[in-house]
Amino acid sequence: MNDKADTDRSSPATQPLKTGAQCVVDGLVKAGCEVLFGYPGGAVLDIFNCLYEAPFNFVLTRHEQGAVHMADGYARATGKAGCCLVTSGPGATNTVTGLATAYMDGIPLVCITGQVALNMIGNDAFQEADVIGITRPVTKHNFLVRNADELPDIIAKAFYIATTGKPGPVVIDIPKNVQKAKTAAVPPEKVTMRAYHPDVPINAAEIAQFAERINRASRPLLYVGGGAISGGAAEVLAQLAHKANIPVTTTLMALGIFPETDPLSLHMLGMHGSVAANYAVDHCDLLISAGARFDDRVTGKISSFASKAAIVHIDIDRSSISKSVRADLGVHGYVTPVLEAVLPFVKPAEHAEWLEQVNRWKERFPFAYPQSTDALMPQYVIEQIDAVSAGKAVVVTDVGQNQMWAAQFFRYTRPRNFITSGGLGTMGFGLPAAIGAQFGRRGEPVVCVTGDGGVQMNFQELVVAVEHRVPIVVVILNNGFLGMVRQWQELFYGRRYSGVMLSQHGRAPNEEIPEAPGYLPDFVKMAEAHGACARRIFKEEEVGPALREALASGKTWVIECIVAPEANVFPMIPPGSHVAEMINRTV
Amino acid sequence: MKHIINCLVENQPGVLARIVGLISGRGYNIETLNVGPTADPTVSKMTIVVPGDSHIIEQVTHQLSKQVDVIEVVNMTNRRHLDRELILVRVATVNHHTRAEIVDLAALFMARVVAVQEDSVTIQMVGNQETVADFLRLMKPYSIVDISRTGVIAVGRDAPESAAKKG
Ligand SMILES: Cc1ncc(C[n+]2csc(CCOP(=O)(O)OP(=O)(O)O)c2C)c(N)n1
Repeated sequence: MNDKADTDRSSPATQPLKTGAQCVVDGLVKAGCEVLFGYPGGAVLDIFNCLYEAPFNFVLTRHEQGAVHMADGYARATGKAGCCLVTSGPGATNTVTGLATAYMDGIPLVCITGQVALNMIGNDAFQEADVIGITRPVTKHNFLVRNADELPDIIAKAFYIATTGKPGPVVIDIPKNVQKAKTAAVPPEKVTMRAYHPDVPINAAEIAQFAERINRASRPLLYVGGGAISGGAAEVLAQLAHKANIPVTTTLMALGIFPETDPLSLHMLGMHGSVAANYAVDHCDLLISAGARFDDRVTGKISSFASKAAIVHIDIDRSSISKSVRADLGVHGYVTPVLEAVLPFVKPAEHAEWLEQVNRWKERFPFAYPQSTDALMPQYVIEQIDAVSAGKAVVVTDVGQNQMWAAQFFRYTRPRNFITSGGLGTMGFGLPAAIGAQFGRRGEPVVCVTGDGGVQMNFQELVVAVEHRVPIVVVILNNGFLGMVRQWQELFYGRRYSGVMLSQHGRAPNEEIPEAPGYLPDFVKMAEAHGACARRIFKEEEVGPALREALASGKTWVIECIVAPEANVFPMIPPGSHVAEMINRTV
Repeated sequence: MKHIINCLVENQPGVLARIVGLISGRGYNIETLNVGPTADPTVSKMTIVVPGDSHIIEQVTHQLSKQVDVIEVVNMTNRRHLDRELILVRVATVNHHTRAEIVDLAALFMARVVAVQEDSVTIQMVGNQETVADFLRLMKPYSIVDISRTGVIAVGRDAPESAAKKG
C-alpha cells in the first residue's frame, strides 16, 4: 500500500483526517474500553503516541503473556471484552498462550498487534512474524488491516465478533504504515456482516420437545457450563431448577452460576467433581446440558457417560452439539433465551425420590480431606478464604491441585466469582488474571490461589499490581512440588517422581544444594522485591489472621502457605474411566 | 464415504488458509479442494471433498459454518447435484497395440487424446467421481506415468433457495 495515496485522499471538509493510530484509540473508546493492557515496541509506536492522551487507563505489563491474561481476567470478571496491545514479532508471538487460553474458554478479547509495513510483509523483515497464520487456530477471528480506511470498521467488527455468539478472542494485526496513514473513514453506526449472524431464532418445535422431556423425566439433572456464565443465565436457571426440582451440577467453568449453598446444588462434576454430581450423572434419566461442551475432563469414558439418560444439549455453538456425546435433542441457541422459552411449559414437579437419593450421596460423600497434625492442609486454606471473605471473594486460580482445591472447598454463590483457565489449563494464568479481574471489580476482594510452580511463570506481573494499587491477595499453596503432576506420578506411575521437585525436601543427597534454603525461590523476599507485602505461614491458626490482615490492608499481598507436600486432590476419576473407578481417599 | 461440501466464502485474503487450517487442524483429511470466484466477485466458492462418516462430516460442516467469513455451507452429497472433475492422465504405451487399446477405452468414456508421445499418450477426461474412478481403474494396467486432477466441482440441481443458509 502507498502511504502517499492515502494521505492525499480528499475528504469532506467536515471529516478531519485521522491517522490509523488515532482510529485505533477512537475505536477502543467507542467500544467502551476502560483499560488497555499492553507492551510497546517499534511497530506500535504510533498507537502508543496516541495513547498519551487516551481517556482510558493504559497498563504496562511486564510480559505480553501477562497482558493477554490480564485482559482475559478482566473479561471474565466483568463480562466485557478485554483489550490488549502489543508490538509485532516477539510481542505478538508472546500472546499466543493467552489467546489460546481465552479461545478455549470462550472469553471475549480484542488483541491489537503491530505489524511491519505492508510492503515489507513476507520479506523476513525485522520483528516480522506471520501473526495471522500463527494466531489463526487460537482466535475466533483475525484481521490483517490493509488500509487505514478499513480500520474503524474492522475495530467495530472485532468487538462485535468477540462479544457475540460464542465469545472469543479476535486479533487485529495492523501494519506500521497503516497506523501512520490518514483517513476520513468513520466508525459504522451499526456492524453488519454478510456471513456472521450470531443471533439464533428460538425454534418452537425444539422448545416443545425439550419441555416434554423435562415433564416426562423422573430423574432429571441440569449440567451447566461456561456458556451459562457468558449468557448471564443465573436467574432463569434458578427458576427452572426450583420450579421442577431439578438438581444442578456445574462444570469448573460455571462454578457460581447456581448457588452452591442451595439444597439443589450438587457442586462440580467431572474428574475431580463431587461424588454426588458424578453419581447423579450416572443415574439420571434426563441430562440437560446448558452451555457445556462435554469436555473429556467431565465425561471420562465417553461410552459410559450418562448412559441411562436422554441428553438435551443447549449450545450457541452448533458445532459443539453432539461433538463428543450424541445428544438426543440439540437446542441451538443462547442458554438464557432457551431456558426462558421452555420455563412456561415446564410443569412443577417434586422428584422427591430422586432428590432424596442425591441428597443421600451428598451427605455421605462431601468434599473432605485427611486431617494432619503436623502439616498445614491446602484444603483448609481454601475453606478459610471462603470464611474470612464471607464467601464474597473473587477467586482466581492457577492450574493444578491448587485450582481443584479452590473449586472444591469454597462454596461459590455468584457467577464470575470463580475465574480459572479451564479448557487450556494454562499455568501462569492466575496472577495476571487476578490483576485483570481486580481492574474490573475495584473494591471487591480478589484472591489468587496458585501453586509454587505456576506462580513463577508470570511472577513479574506482581509489580503491575503494586504500581496500580491493585490489592489482590496472592495465596501460594507451596507444596514443594509440581503437585498435580506429582499426584499422577504417585497414582499411575508407581511414585516415580520425575521432574516435579521444586523444593529440596525429599531429594536424593547428591541432588541437594546445601548452600541454598530448602525452599527455592524465597517467595517472601521475591514479593517484597516487587513492592508487595508478604508473609510465610505454616500452621492452621496463622491462616485466618493472615488473610484478614491482607484483605483489610488495601495492599497487594503474597501469603505463602507451606502446605503438606503430598496432599492429593480427591475424588478423582482416572482419565478415560467410568465413575465406578473413582478414587476417593479422604481420610 | 466421501462427501462433497460446497462453501461460499468472502473473497478475501486469508480465507482459504483459514478453511484449510480448520479442517486439517481437527485431524480431518481433504481429498480435493477447488476454489474459484462466483458470479458475485466478492464471493468465492470452495468445493471440498472430505472422506469420513456422517458424524465427521457434520462436524466439518458445523465448524465451517461457524467461521466468520463463511457465508454458506452445503453438503452436496445430501442433495440432488451434478459433480464433475477434469483429469489429465499420461499413460505409457509399450507398443502400438497398447496405444490403440488405450485410445479405444478413452473413446468409451468420451475422453480426448490431447497429446501423443512415442512412449505415451495423454488423455483429458471429464466425469463425475464414479466415472473418473472407473476410468482410472481401467487405465491402471497400462502404467500411469503422470496424473493431474482439478478436484471435484459440484452444482445443485434444484433451485438455489433450497440450499441451507448459515445460521
Ligand atoms: C504452561 C503449562 N505447563 C505445564 C502444565 C502441566 N501441569 C499441569 S498442573 C502442573 C503442576 C502445577 O504445579 P504447581 O503450580 O506447583 O501447582 P500444584 O499442582 O502443586 O497446586 C503442571 C506442570 C500446564 N498445565 N501448563
